Amino acid sequence: MTLDTNHDSAIVVSDLHKYFGDLEVLKGIDFHVNRGEVVCVIGPSGSGKSTLLRCINQLETATAGQVRISGVDVTDPDVDIDGVRRRIGMVFQQFNLFPHLSVLRNLTIAQRRVLGRGRAEAERVARETLSKVGLDDKVDAYPAQLSGGQQQRVAIARALAMGPDLMLFDEPTSALDPELVGDVLAVMRDLARDGMTMMVVTHEMAFARDVADRVVFMDGGVVVEEGTPDEVLGAPEHPRTRDFLFRVLNPTRAHAQPDERAADED
Amino acid sequence: MALSQDRGPDVGGPLRRRSWSPLASMPRTRRTRVVRGIQYAVFVVLLVAVVLTVDWPTIREGYFNLDKARPLFPEVLTTALKNTLIYTAMGFAFGLVLGLVLALMRLSQVAPYRWLANIYIEFFRGIPLLLWLFFLGYGVPTATGRQLPFSPYSAIVLGLGMPAAAYLAETIRAGIQAVPKGQLEAARSLGMSQPRAMVSIVIPQAFRIIIPPLTNELIVLTKDSSLVAILGVTVGTKELTKFGRDELNTLVNATPLVVAGLCYLLITIPLSLLVRRLEARNARAR
Ligand SMILES: Nc1ncnc2c1ncn2[C@@H]1O[C@H](COP(=O)(O)OP(=O)(O)OP(=O)(O)O)[C@@H](O)[C@H]1O
Ligand SMILES: [Mg+2]
Repeated sequence: MTLDTNHDSAIVVSDLHKYFGDLEVLKGIDFHVNRGEVVCVIGPSGSGKSTLLRCINQLETATAGQVRISGVDVTDPDVDIDGVRRRIGMVFQQFNLFPHLSVLRNLTIAQRRVLGRGRAEAERVARETLSKVGLDDKVDAYPAQLSGGQQQRVAIARALAMGPDLMLFDEPTSALDPELVGDVLAVMRDLARDGMTMMVVTHEMAFARDVADRVVFMDGGVVVEEGTPDEVLGAPEHPRTRDFLFRVLNPTRAHAQPDERAADED
Repeated sequence: MALSQDRGPDVGGPLRRRSWSPLASMPRTRRTRVVRGIQYAVFVVLLVAVVLTVDWPTIREGYFNLDKARPLFPEVLTTALKNTLIYTAMGFAFGLVLGLVLALMRLSQVAPYRWLANIYIEFFRGIPLLLWLFFLGYGVPTATGRQLPFSPYSAIVLGLGMPAAAYLAETIRAGIQAVPKGQLEAARSLGMSQPRAMVSIVIPQAFRIIIPPLTNELIVLTKDSSLVAILGVTVGTKELTKFGRDELNTLVNATPLVVAGLCYLLITIPLSLLVRRLEARNARAR
């Protein structure tokens, strides 16, 4: 893959530290996502992936370091954070749809209250976006009436309806039954093909391999390794990356001895 | 012990304990039948005793006297019941608005707001309602030399609404805290400001969660509204309790109190049934 240094950066994270009390969760992260790029972040549980993602749209406040979104320093206390967030779509593991609102209202409420769009325009955008995720027939349903996969696609549509420059995904398929994962990943593939800038925390290695321009492996609050999917997933350099990939790809053999593993890999 | 008994008397063995009652040695189904039979028997004996000892003519004459009830209508409905409803509604509306403000203050990042709300809530939860009503109705006029403006409505609304706000604030706060954190995060991620996210997303869900306890508070307030009887309201502003008491004096008969009581039940029983339905629905939804 080509790393064009003149390319506009969508996200630039520099020397980011995050403490929860005494626990240092992010230990100096340097990370960037270029415009139009799809970056998948992988790593073991507790390595700080969600925390990094949440520092990017300031759901968590970094302890030290800087996050720039399209050149704007969002760690600056005086920044118009609501203005920045308007341009960043966020998709959560638990969907977080608004249960008291219909699907249509889930998609229109922020368009109307935040962007000040009129009702007709907001509903037109909502219907268009819903048909993109294959749910035009669920306009009047309530979230509780939908399957997990449908809810997650509505959540993606809700973020897209705001016309974001950038989409953040935090394990969007981890709460789904296996047979529902495909529909959500298909929507994300389409989005990537249309050129959306995406940062995706995921355990779906096949998705990372096929869709990502770049894969970042995090462990223990640092970026251990990054590169193209072929590099990071195909020929990992770092032992921690290899160890992680072995465990993800062979979940039933997670407790195998390292020497056994070496034998397996032959 | 339960095990050996369940098998019945024929399996007595070395483990079998000596029972303290003849019931314990019966098989379970028979024992259940006997116990239930005893309960019915006690009930019937008590019922017969009540029927025989009560002086029914006096009861009918003194409490359920149709001749004394007739002149109460329609005023008991058009004035007294109506005023009870109005006072309760005004107190509740005032309490809800102030309660919401207090709940938000309790959840505020600004410590003095939290302190103020705490002091308010503890004060009104600790003060007897009757004392507070005396204070507004008689204490304030005595001290200042004049009535509160819009008397007696101001005293009624503040009298019922301010203490209600203290209880409602706690209920509303619990409701807000019961809304999952992800809801606020999702709203903020869409670019909503904190106040906007509270108004559009969190508070509507909080109220949905607390409809059953709110309805309970409404029932309590309906009954508490009877205490405004002490404010010495005029003919047109009497509510059920004051009305019942005045008619008791006029008619020298307790029937008006019974009629007033039935009118309260007319309000509270449907509300209570509503709460049960809502709670059952919530339990199913979970
Ligand atoms: N709000 C919080 N308060 C305290 N500790 C936290 C908080 N959020 C996360 N942590 C801790 O920070 C560490 C990193 O958490 P994080 O959620 O970022 O990990 P993750 O890589 O997303 O893991 P997973 O794959 O399980 O989602 C964990 O040890 C977690 O317990
Ligand atoms: Mg996570």
